[in-house]
Amino acid sequence: MMSEDVVKRPEASLETAGEESELVPNDGVASLAKQSRGFGVTFATMFKKPGTEQYPEEKVPTAPRFHGRHQLNRHPDGLEKCIGCELCAWACPADAIYVEGAENTEEERFSPGERFGRVYQINYLRCIFCGLCIEACPTRALTMTNEYELADDSRRKLIFEKEDLLAPLRVGMVAPPHDMYPGTRERDYYRGKITEADPSQGEIVGTASSEVTP
Amino acid sequence: MIHQTAALTADLLGKDPGWLILVKSLLVFIFLVVMVLLAIWGERRVVARMQMRLGPNRVGPFGLLQGLADGVKLALKEDIIPKAADRVVFVLAPIIAATTCFMSFAVIPMTGEVSLFGHKTAFQLTDLSVGVLYILSIASVGVYGIVLAGWSSGSTYPLLGALRSSAQVISYEVAMGLSLVAVFLYSGSMSTSDIVASQDKWWYAIVLFPSFIIYTISMVGETNRAPFDLAEAEGELVGGFHTEYSSLKFALFFLAEYVNVLTVSALATTLFLGGYRALPGLGFTELWLGGWFTFIWFFVKLIAFFFFFIWLRGTLPRLRYDQFMKFGWKILIPVSLLWTVIVATLRAMSLEGASTAVVVGFTGGIVLILLLIASLFESAKRKAEVALDSGVSEKPYFAVPQLPMSVSTFRVPTAPNHADPPAGGN
Repeated sequence: MMSEDVVKRPEASLETAGEESELVPNDGVASLAKQSRGFGVTFATMFKKPGTEQYPEEKVPTAPRFHGRHQLNRHPDGLEKCIGCELCAWACPADAIYVEGAENTEEERFSPGERFGRVYQINYLRCIFCGLCIEACPTRALTMTNEYELADDSRRKLIFEKEDLLAPLRVGMVAPPHDMYPGTRERDYYRGKITEADPSQGEIVGTASSEVTP
Repeated sequence: MIHQTAALTADLLGKDPGWLILVKSLLVFIFLVVMVLLAIWGERRVVARMQMRLGPNRVGPFGLLQGLADGVKLALKEDIIPKAADRVVFVLAPIIAATTCFMSFAVIPMTGEVSLFGHKTAFQLTDLSVGVLYILSIASVGVYGIVLAGWSSGSTYPLLGALRSSAQVISYEVAMGLSLVAVFLYSGSMSTSDIVASQDKWWYAIVLFPSFIIYTISMVGETNRAPFDLAEAEGELVGGFHTEYSSLKFALFFLAEYVNVLTVSALATTLFLGGYRALPGLGFTELWLGGWFTFIWFFVKLIAFFFFFIWLRGTLPRLRYDQFMKFGWKILIPVSLLWTVIVATLRAMSLEGASTAVVVGFTGGIVLILLLIASLFESAKRKAEVALDSGVSEKPYFAVPQLPMSVSTFRVPTAPNHADPPAGGN
C-alpha cells in the first residue's frame, strides 16, 4: 500500500504524458536459427575483399585534410610568415610548441614587419595533432601537411627545429634574410600584392647558378 | 565382419618390425609438428579473412612460414622463472602438457592397409583394444600440465586460470565420454580401427547425430578453445595458466594446445566421420596410390574439423564462466545420459531380435515423452513470463531508470498530488 500523500496517477495519462519513446521489444532468448546467423556472416565475409592496405609497399594517400607534420610557410618572395607571436604555443593543449620571437632589423630581416620566430620547436613526442595551433596562427604561417611517417629512434630527433619545419624555398623565392619587396610595406604582404621575389632582394632560387635548397 | 577387419589391423600392426615402429612414430611426430605450424598460419589467415583482413603474409610464400618464425622468436626470448615459482614443477608442467598431447595420436588410424618401405602395414602407430579410453585417459593426464603450471607459478592469475581450465576440461570430459558410449555400443568395440571399419556403410555422425553434436561441443570445451577459452580470458585472467611462462616453455603450451585441437579433430573424424574411409559412393578411391589415398580422406576430414574450430572462434563471443558450467552440467550431461539410455535400449532390442513394431513403438514413445517435457517447459516459461509482466506493471511512483529491454515504460507524475484525472481519461 502507498502512503496517503502519494496519489495514484490515472492510467490515461500514460498515453498522453510526454513523447512516446521507441523501445526494442524483448522476445526473450532468440531462436537457435537466429543465433546461428552469425556463422553465415563470418563465412560470407571470408569471400569479401579485405580492407587491408599493404602499407610500406603501397602508400594509400591520406584524406586531403589529414593532420600530419607541421609546416612553417613562406611569403612568395621567400620571407617567413611566422611573426613569433607564440599564439600557437599558447593554444597547444599538449604544450608541444616552443617559440622564441626576435626583432627583425634592417640588416637581417626574416619576415615582413617587426618580429620573426627566431626559435621554433615542435616536440612530436607531445604533439597530439589536434590542429589548434593552426587555428590560432594569425598569419597562416603554421599549417599541417599530410606527412605521417614521423617515427624515429630517439627523443631528440623527434623535437623538430625551425629548419625541419620550414617550407622549402620554391622557384622564384629568395632565401631570407633579405629586405622586403622594394616599395612595399608589411600590410602589402597580407593583401597578396607580392607574388614573387625581386632581383634586388637577393639571389632568386631557380635562376642563374643557385640550387633549390630544402 | 567387423571383427575380421579388426583382427586384420591389429595383425598388420603386430607384424611391424621395431624399426618400422620407430619410423612411424617419427612420421606421426613430424606430421603433427608440421601440421601445428601450418595450423597456426591457417587459423590466423582464415580468422583474418572472416574479419576482412589478410592475416600474416610476410614470412615465406603467403606467409606460410609464420608459425616457424613465431617458434624461432619464442625460442630466442628470455626464459623467465619467477622467484615465487616451484622450479621443478614449473619446468615439468609444460613437458607434461606437450608429451601427453602427442601420445594420444598414437592410436589414430590415418590410413587403411598400405605398404611402407616394403612392409604391409597401416599408418597407425599402435592399435589398442581400448584405444578411445586410452585417448580419454591421456587427455586427463594432460590436465596435470595445466593444473601444475598454474599452481607452480606462485601467482594468482595463473592459479585461477588453471582452476578454471581444469574444472572445464574435467566437466566436459564427462559429456564427451558419455557421447562416445553410443559409438561403442554401435560399433561393439573401443578400438579406433574397429570403429572406423564398422562405419563402412553409415557414418556415426548420421546414425548417432546427437552424440556427434555433443562430442563436437564438448571437444571445444575440452581443448580450451574459443568460445570456451575461459582459461585464457585476457580481460579477466591475463593469460590464464601460462601467464608466467615465457620462451620455449610457453611454446610448449602453445604447441600442446594446437596438437590437442588436432587430436580431438582426428578423434572426431575417426569416431563419427568414418576416419580414413572415403565419402559414401567413392569407395574405389580407397585403393588409389596403393591405399595411401585414404590418408587424403583422413586429412580432408581433419582439416574440415579444424576449419570448424576456426569458424567458431571467428563467430562466437566467449561464454561467461557460470553459463559455461551450467551448460556443461545441466544440459550436455543430462542430454547425453538420456541419449545413451535410448541408444542402449535400441541396440539391445535389435540384438535381441525385437520386432520392428516394438522398436517403432519404443521410438515413438520416446519422442512423445520428449515432446511432453518440452511442452511442460514451454508452459512453465510462459507462466514465469506472465508473473514477470505483472510484477513490472506495478508502476512505481518515484523516478527509476527504465528497465533494460523492458516493454513497458514508467513515467513520473509531474506533481505528486495530481489528483484529478484528465478529461477523457480511461
